[in-house]
Amino acid sequence: MGAQATTSQTVGPFFQIGLARFYVDDLTGRAVTGETIEIEGRVFDGDGQPVPDGVIETWQADAQGKYAHPESSEEQDNIQRNDTQAKEHMQGRRGQGSFWGFGRVPTQADGSFRFKTIKPGRVTAPDGTLQAPHIAVSVFTRGLMRRLVTRIYFPDEPSNAEDFALKLVEAGRRHTLIAKKVRGSRLEWNVMLQGKDETVFFDC
Amino acid sequence: MAKFRGYRRADPGTQPDYLHPPYVSSIKRAPSKPLVYLPHTLSEVTGPSFDSSPIDVKASDLTRQHHGEPLGERIIVSGRVLDEDGRPAAHTLIEVWQANAAGRYRHNVDQHNAPLDPNFEGSGHTLTDEHGNFRFITIRPGAYPWRNHYNAWRPAHIHFSVFGPAFATRLITQMYFPGDALLPFDPIFNCTADEKARNRLISLFDWETTVCEQALGYKFDIILSGRDSTPWEK
Repeated sequence: MGAQATTSQTVGPFFQIGLARFYVDDLTGRAVTGETIEIEGRVFDGDGQPVPDGVIETWQADAQGKYAHPESSEEQDNIQRNDTQAKEHMQGRRGQGSFWGFGRVPTQADGSFRFKTIKPGRVTAPDGTLQAPHIAVSVFTRGLMRRLVTRIYFPDEPSNAEDFALKLVEAGRRHTLIAKKVRGSRLEWNVMLQGKDETVFFDC
Repeated sequence: MAKFRGYRRADPGTQPDYLHPPYVSSIKRAPSKPLVYLPHTLSEVTGPSFDSSPIDVKASDLTRQHHGEPLGERIIVSGRVLDEDGRPAAHTLIEVWQANAAGRYRHNVDQHNAPLDPNFEGSGHTLTDEHGNFRFITIRPGAYPWRNHYNAWRPAHIHFSVFGPAFATRLITQMYFPGDALLPFDPIFNCTADEKARNRLISLFDWETTVCEQALGYKFDIILSGRDSTPWEK
């Protein structure tokens, strides 16, 4: 070990001009299979005021539980590939229009955000169990010197009870990570930066 | 069971705390409960790749995005993106944004009464090369006032957003300039307890990348978390 990781700094209030080019609010597409869902929510500060200058980034597996990343193939298929083979494999998958898995949406004046995606499949945990379907989330706002890391889980999902990460969270706070069904394919998931129902954030 | 390796966590003091009262906006936005330690899983050791995204070569030259040239001091900002073990982050996306030479952002929230520059957007992006190198041409941003406290001024800075190989390595930071008299007074720069870690956010003036009769060069290397040496084994 040599160097130390560069220190984080706030995204500030003007990130729109730098980050808008790669805003992605629809992760679905013709070649993407799986159950389409729409997730909407709002970000609130400790006074219950909406946060109008935040950006939410998401990262998730496809409906089969594979990430568009070389290590996902290694892990899931248990195939030994060297880096070049893994990369060729990935390019092959991307070439077929497969699922990318990255989303980025800014919050609006009322703190709201929404994005359309597919429900991810289950991926392995380091202990060999399968995790419940989830979306990894980074929250960046003015006032946050580092991103906050959290997860979105799904309602009516029996595997939540045995999930590697949810089990690390005290039972009374797990609900902050589980989206609520609105109707049809729509789900609601809010981010409470502070307060009684403060969202669980992970040291990641 | 396959061996599974996560990414290393930051050394104490080298990353800012969420709550830093001198930075007033952190008071109502920093989480009040302790973070829950999450051993990295496949979800954290994978992350998005942008190497098949359309990258406009002009996007790394912020002085050539309009017909005319922006006002201000032209500079070249270059560096490498590496991990803590010195391994390059190849083909990773870097996004930058900044104020113009007068200290004004092209953003409707910015009410500072300095002029906008019709020839300057203040945003760019690029992919690192296979060795983790990147290079931007831009103009030196101006300092600007903000309302954190009476007579508060941000030192000149460029915002950097970097992905690296995994969700766990995602980083947004700010690059500062050597010798800026405002640095000791800036609550954002000073939010990191470790002085050496803080000072690594200050770029280095660099003759090697300075181009004769063209532009001053500044070096800014970005270090992302390294891979754990001890695998998680069942």
